[in-house]
Amino acid sequence: MIQQSVRLPLSQLLCSLPQNPKSIPSESTRPRVEFHQRVTNSVTKSTKQKMASQDEQQQQQDPRIPKISSAIRVIPNFPKPGIMFQDITTLLLDTKAFSDTIDLFVERYKGQNISVVAGIEARGFIFGPPIALAIGAKFVPMRKPNKLPGEVISEEYSLEYGKDKMEMHVGAVQAGERALIIDDLVATGGTLSAAIRLLERVGVHIVECACVIELSGLKGRERLGDTPLFVLVNSA
Amino acid sequence: MFAGDQNGLQGDPRLKAISEAIRVVPHFPKPGIMFQDITTLLLDHKAFKDTVDIFVDRYRDMGISVVAGVEARGFMFGPSIALAIGAKFVPLRKPRKLPGIGLLPRCTDGEVISESYVLEYGKDCLEMHVGAVQPGERALVIDDLVATGGTLSAAIRLLERAGAHVVECACVVGLREVKGQHGLNGKPLYILVEPRQQINCSAPSVNGVETCRHDDLILGASFGSPLNPTSKSD
Repeated sequence: MIQQSVRLPLSQLLCSLPQNPKSIPSESTRPRVEFHQRVTNSVTKSTKQKMASQDEQQQQQDPRIPKISSAIRVIPNFPKPGIMFQDITTLLLDTKAFSDTIDLFVERYKGQNISVVAGIEARGFIFGPPIALAIGAKFVPMRKPNKLPGEVISEEYSLEYGKDKMEMHVGAVQAGERALIIDDLVATGGTLSAAIRLLERVGVHIVECACVIELSGLKGRERLGDTPLFVLVNSA
Repeated sequence: MFAGDQNGLQGDPRLKAISEAIRVVPHFPKPGIMFQDITTLLLDHKAFKDTVDIFVDRYRDMGISVVAGVEARGFMFGPSIALAIGAKFVPLRKPRKLPGIGLLPRCTDGEVISESYVLEYGKDCLEMHVGAVQPGERALVIDDLVATGGTLSAAIRLLERAGAHVVECACVVGLREVKGQHGLNGKPLYILVEPRQQINCSAPSVNGVETCRHDDLILGASFGSPLNPTSKSD
């Protein structure tokens, strides 16, 4: 399948075209000011400046992003009718695109004094460790209930129907550490906000949440409160 | 085969540090099991990096194009190895996690194949996207720990059904002899460290997490004995 970049007017940038939901416009996708606002809140001034200038570079549509986006397979009606599932397993089969994905995160977070990368089960376990290793941080898995063997702290969160629980090992992180939270995709933001709460309860400062894909129509970004969110690919 | 048996890695201090960074948790997931908890290894950046480096050094020149990681702890080690050796990463997942195909009429790549395997009590099942792997590709299977070999055997069968050639299975922790009937279909197995049988109370805590537990010292609870086999959970 040949992916062609498409120029879209600003009003259509965050809408997906029904027949080609992964098309990424060749122009930058967001007004410059949004990124700066999102980054300012939780970081020191020099960090802010560094990340802001990286965002400016991102505005020029990093050339690696279109290939990353087109490596993601969209599967309709999974896990249930009406859901367009963003399947990152095809990204993992593309050695260059997967490597570029990790590089984009590493470039952003290296030198930011981040000592913890928390990855959300299970696809966060795929992206988190390579980033942690490259930036000199430890990796902390945030898991479904009853998987972690030691003493845990838990945080409940809501699903569309019902609730789930996320757990982290006691002692994995220390108060005052700076953390990054990783998952493959942000939808409603429920899972990410549970991870934020878990880490903040033990005094960790979350520098940013990072995902490969954002389903911006579900407004997960708003659910994260003051915590910034950085994504590589936007889908409706 | 153990990493420390080989000429290059005999007495390698990295292996000792890796072993000591792994926490032993007694009675998990059930009484009598001495669980080898690799999450403390992941908190030790140097030991974690060394773990990946040892695997990468072994596999980088073996013409391996696929690293298959078993959900979920295989996901923590596999991708870093895959990235470093230029291979693709293929997740082997629990049932119904991988989106199946039926929905893409012209695309067969999404088809999921399943392989069931026997647990101590009952059965479980591992799945893979059939199009993730091409016939003839050389594959490595990664998991954190091997106990009976049931999970790894299912992984090997999945890859072989898709036409791949499994070069080796690699685990951070495992017994010198894989007990149980499964074997590994004759495939070689490469292990970094043995499980610790005793709670090692002289081990330092790793980032504040104790690597030993002082309560419930079970004298006589052994790892891998017929009555208390190592339990493989995900």
